Amino acid sequence: MAKFDFAIAIGGAAGQGIATPGNILARICARRGLQFFSYNSYQSIIRGGHIFLTTRISTEPVTSHGDKIDLLFCLNQDTMDRHLQHVAPGGTAIFNSDTIKPGDASDGLQLCPMPVKELSNNNRNKLVQNTVALAGVLHLLGLEFKLLEEILTLQFKRKGQAVVDENVDVARAAYEYSVENFVPFSTPLPQKDKPLAQVGGNEALAMGGAAAGVNFYCAYPMSPSTGVLHWMAENANDMGIMVRQVEDEIGVINMVIGAAHAGCRAMCATSGGGFALMTEAVGSAGMMEIPMVAINVQRAGPSTGVPTKTEQGDLWQMLGASQGDFPKIIVAVTSILDCFNTIPELFNLVDKFQCPGLVITDLSVSEGYATVDPDDINWEQPIDRGELITEANDTGEKYLRYKFTESGISPRAIPGTPEHLHVVATDEHDEDGGLISDEFTNPHIRRAMVEKRQRKMEAVVSLIDPPELEGPENAEVTLIGWGTTKGVIEEAASLLTQEGIPTNQLAIKWIVPLHVEEITQALSKAKRTIIVENNFTGQFARYLRGETGFDADGHIRKYDGEPFMPHHIVDGVKEQVAGKTDLYVPYQEIVV
Amino acid sequence: MASDKPIKAAPTAKDFKGDVAPDWCPGCGDFGVLRALELACAKLGREPHEFVTVSGIGCSSNLPGYINTYGMHTLHGRALAVATGVKLANHDLTVIATGGDGDGYGIGGNHFVHTMRRNVDLLYIVMNNQIYGLTTGQVSPTSRIGMKTKSTPFGSVEGPVNPLAMAIVTGASYVARGFSGDTKHLAELMYRGMEHKGFALIDVFSPCITYNKDNTFAFFKQTVTKLEETGHDPTDWKAAIEHSMAWGDEIPTGLFYHDTSRPTLDEAEPVLGEGGPLAHRNLGVTKEQGAAIIRKMM
Repeated sequence: MAKFDFAIAIGGAAGQGIATPGNILARICARRGLQFFSYNSYQSIIRGGHIFLTTRISTEPVTSHGDKIDLLFCLNQDTMDRHLQHVAPGGTAIFNSDTIKPGDASDGLQLCPMPVKELSNNNRNKLVQNTVALAGVLHLLGLEFKLLEEILTLQFKRKGQAVVDENVDVARAAYEYSVENFVPFSTPLPQKDKPLAQVGGNEALAMGGAAAGVNFYCAYPMSPSTGVLHWMAENANDMGIMVRQVEDEIGVINMVIGAAHAGCRAMCATSGGGFALMTEAVGSAGMMEIPMVAINVQRAGPSTGVPTKTEQGDLWQMLGASQGDFPKIIVAVTSILDCFNTIPELFNLVDKFQCPGLVITDLSVSEGYATVDPDDINWEQPIDRGELITEANDTGEKYLRYKFTESGISPRAIPGTPEHLHVVATDEHDEDGGLISDEFTNPHIRRAMVEKRQRKMEAVVSLIDPPELEGPENAEVTLIGWGTTKGVIEEAASLLTQEGIPTNQLAIKWIVPLHVEEITQALSKAKRTIIVENNFTGQFARYLRGETGFDADGHIRKYDGEPFMPHHIVDGVKEQVAGKTDLYVPYQEIVV
Repeated sequence: MASDKPIKAAPTAKDFKGDVAPDWCPGCGDFGVLRALELACAKLGREPHEFVTVSGIGCSSNLPGYINTYGMHTLHGRALAVATGVKLANHDLTVIATGGDGDGYGIGGNHFVHTMRRNVDLLYIVMNNQIYGLTTGQVSPTSRIGMKTKSTPFGSVEGPVNPLAMAIVTGASYVARGFSGDTKHLAELMYRGMEHKGFALIDVFSPCITYNKDNTFAFFKQTVTKLEETGHDPTDWKAAIEHSMAWGDEIPTGLFYHDTSRPTLDEAEPVLGEGGPLAHRNLGVTKEQGAAIIRKMM
């Protein structure tokens, strides 16, 4: 089968019901076994404004929302005015001709006006235009009406047969009108054998938590991480997960630490501002050696910033989270499926090494949706709680919570266990948890305790996968990214290679500890290196240089709030190969 | 049931005495609070390992280091958030939070309010000395107007919080005040606070002998009275509020308010309905649970 690559964009105001046709189309694709990635560009408004949902569909894996729009689905004039120019040659725009005036279509672009009033018998429900346009879209995609009838029946059956009939009748009239008036796309929507699941990034983080055995989850609502809370709350009773919405993020993380100390696997998620409030407690988990996981779903900062837009601007906040030196593990997830797989792996690490684990991701993945093969979602993840004591044991020795050991790891007893009484303290302490901060400060114990904690980190790096160059060997250009940009860089590298500039990628996932040796080795033979990141100051470039001494040849940076599209990176590489610049900042064409 | 282990005698106050001697100033009010807590814990009849004492930061927050229970000496102001996490993770444990007025009513004020409205089953002991002691004597949220401290050398112009009135209106279901100079009375309030199912606040006058020259042992000995001797009915909400507002020549101590009608957070939370404490449950997702989730996403 030839590669099918098609993007549908739906635009309208908040409250116009974009989600419904978006979900229906996504569901149709997933059930046909087609892969998709969708990115919803939206604003911090409940009614009004402009929302633009792009869903890119393919027979092959889709790792970004792509560069082009084939079908524009306009729910208002604003969408027509803003985005008709973005429709690719041979594309189509569909709209309600009662309320929307068509723009100037370039040659080869098909305009599909739908007389909604006429087709819907003057139905006053403003959402009826969505059903009408959706019926038109199904025809354009070469799909049978029966499919829409089934979906509408399912969608509206809660509201009674009359509502179902009304919607199906409108849809049928609209479908028939489209068949008479519009030319469908030359390639109908393909059908593959195996239906896929559609998973959101935040859902994947939550599901990964569930698979890891998280049974305690707290949050304070904050975009774009709130989806994790919603999933957890929805599934709390079925899965036996304690879910609490707490008064602030300081309370969130401290509650998580209390639960983790008492023996739960405990997790929380927030965005940069909430994480800022959590930072003191991250250090307390480090000091008390309590394993827990906090997720920072970055949004565009600083301060309140742009709550519904993306950025990779919190790296140094994560690196520097909390005062003092202490071990912590930081991982930047690279895709929606990776969100799911990383959480269980991270919990096993933090339980083993008794330290906080921080996940860094951003809106571009957390609020994106993608198809995942259900067989790739392994619920039965290995759970390793490390050296955990939950029952009395007759060792005959006095239990020392912070016993000096070669690995730095001291067996951890949970409260309630007989014969293991101890105090955990955020003050510096001795092996028994006794304070050496107030009356009896002791530089020798202090030094030994600092070294004990730090020693734990030495073994972590050998347990996590190092990054590897992906793409052609001996490439002209090596792109370096971290976390969520992996998918879009992969596509840009492939486009560049096709266009005669062989390009590969080194995608960094584990930030702390960093695979210094492997990264240095991988980059030692690279001809031209370019670091791609979603921030202004090159946060990762500076970190990489600090840890490895490696200085890249050039940079591509974006900090307008919207994620990279593949061509942004392609253009940036070409400019640099041509010697025009060593810092390329792409222009964001689609403005939402 | 037969057991190989010798039958242990019921714990006594001595069993709760920690190995570390307190580093409080000689004569500090907190000694009386610690002693009362040892007595109360012994009276409850549970083993030391079944208690967790959680504190924040400050002189009084050093208490978990001096009592023989599981202890957590957490961040400044965060004891109640951490203690809530401990209680929900293992609701079989008796959880005690301790701290001072700055820790609980100042920096921890937000958690104070919300832990009370949730009716988390905790005993919260606030050693209220109306001063910041560990930082060498600054004004606190309970310092009176006009009080001269290092940070208010010309006298404080801010009014104090009323923790008892606040607790009664915010949803605490057991609200009491004690005086560290009356250990026996205080121990009884603590014992009953632990017996109570729900959030129990005991605000304790625990004088700072070094930095507070206003609210001294002598001051409290002259002014404190006992509600028990007035015939006050602690289930009477309005009367409780009225007594909580009293200040001056006579300052009431004892049990102000007691409400046994509200479920605790752990009782109300469906996830804890059956299966025992979360901390001891099996972790992870079964294949069937996972398949059910995936079905919803197809």
